[in-house]
Amino acid sequence: MITKKIYLYFPKSETEKPIVYQLVKQFDLIVNIFRAKVTSEEEGYLSLEVTGTQENIDRAFGFLGTFDVDIHAGNKGMLWDAGRCGQCGACVVHCPTGALSIIDRATRTIGFCEENCIECLACVAACPFGACSSNF
Amino acid sequence: MTKTYAEINEKIASGKAVVLTAEEVIDYVDKRGLEAAAQEVDVVTTATFGPMCSSGCFLNFGHSTPKMRISEAWINDVMAYCGIAAVDVYMGATQLRHNDPANMYHPGEFRYGGGHVIEDLVAGKKLQLFGLSYGTDDYPRREIRTLFDIHDLNQAIMVNPRNCYQNYNVAVNCSDKRIYTYLGILRAKMRNMTYCSAGQLSPLLNDPLYETIGVGTAIWLAGARGIVYSQGTQHCSLAERGDNDVPVEGAGTLALTGNMKEMLPEFVRGTSFKGYGVSLALGVGIPIPILNPEILRRATVRDRDIQACVIDYSTDYPQKTGKVLARYNYEQLRSGEVELNGKKIPVTSLSSYNKALKICNLLKAEIEAGRFLLAEPSQRLPLNQGMQSLNITGPAR
Repeated sequence: MITKKIYLYFPKSETEKPIVYQLVKQFDLIVNIFRAKVTSEEEGYLSLEVTGTQENIDRAFGFLGTFDVDIHAGNKGMLWDAGRCGQCGACVVHCPTGALSIIDRATRTIGFCEENCIECLACVAACPFGACSSNF
Repeated sequence: MTKTYAEINEKIASGKAVVLTAEEVIDYVDKRGLEAAAQEVDVVTTATFGPMCSSGCFLNFGHSTPKMRISEAWINDVMAYCGIAAVDVYMGATQLRHNDPANMYHPGEFRYGGGHVIEDLVAGKKLQLFGLSYGTDDYPRREIRTLFDIHDLNQAIMVNPRNCYQNYNVAVNCSDKRIYTYLGILRAKMRNMTYCSAGQLSPLLNDPLYETIGVGTAIWLAGARGIVYSQGTQHCSLAERGDNDVPVEGAGTLALTGNMKEMLPEFVRGTSFKGYGVSLALGVGIPIPILNPEILRRATVRDRDIQACVIDYSTDYPQKTGKVLARYNYEQLRSGEVELNGKKIPVTSLSSYNKALKICNLLKAEIEAGRFLLAEPSQRLPLNQGMQSLNITGPAR
């Protein structure tokens, strides 16, 4: 069993299709949705983690490819811009999973571990430098 | 044994000066002893990087044809002060963008303001000037709209009336409601604590009695060669101090100026504080000349020797009660957790130790390379100065 993070973009034509249901039903995937949103323009965004066998995940990706959906493997809906980060650490206390943390205590360097991010977006409000942003 | 500014500058100019950062000097003096180290070390570099609201810049646009005496101006929709000469304006760091809803829908986001305009200028970006005038015989133009960048300006001079606070409050929120402050988001019931100081790297904590930092001191202002032009506003040297003379509260401040055309974008950064407003985070480096062992001893101050006061920003700070909930030193604060009333509270900083350390090293490299000479202050900062409150008085009955 492997786990993959994916971030999907659905244009208006695909937002009403029950795609996640098929991922579970047809490909036996365990689905953990971080965030989902349909905008006022009826475009859809979905950020999730899927767990299953490599074969099933490959088949599921093939299935997703039959829709007009943009697939960003591993690229989550939360972005941390290292260049914009002011290295203050104000975010650290607001991040519930430790995805944003002090990675070097001697130089007090702040780092972001995408693996641990659950996209709660608490950092977006807490960061004075605008280093954290949401894809949607 | 003592040294003079001239002797230290001679060594710098010949590339022989011994320069240490405020962090390195601590262990160095431990190893070598104070007297020997004072003979060997010429300069200690100190620095800070954090939000400094009392920052801004004077910009001169040059004259258009026909000429205009700009009486109101907006840069990227952020208002600049025009009550000075014809095409000079002052852009302040905390100025909001026109039509920003501020806290109308609380907490406001304050995504762009004066601090961001200053950041964009230093980054060399194109900005829009919109100006209005009432028109005069010698300055007939009444409106202007044009794009410009920092290279199009005759001068872009940063002028910051209050930077480099010697020490600062530690903020906590004792109320039942989350609050939004210039020290960040404070969660209800003391669920987090924030501070804002570079601690052992911070300029005025390494020179607590202003023996070397004064009016005329040469500084590194975001990469530009700047100076301390005055005591800062709210400079209050009559603060409570520890045995080592290091204040446990705000105390001294510096007024700084420097040429924005020489600045590095990394150290001039607009900031948005949710529910509070916009500001400018700025990097400042100040060299301390080791004129005698006493000055060196003070420059070896450690995080654990610097205390700061915890203030409740939900009531005691806004209501000015003066109540201090607790005191911690910066070693405790930097550990990321302190205990208050039996409760463990996570602590974070708004000031970046990482960037301050980087600045200490950049300034050190410039001095070692003979490119940065020290300047002897022409005036000392006041040592016995308090601060007045504003008393509200009405018209006489």
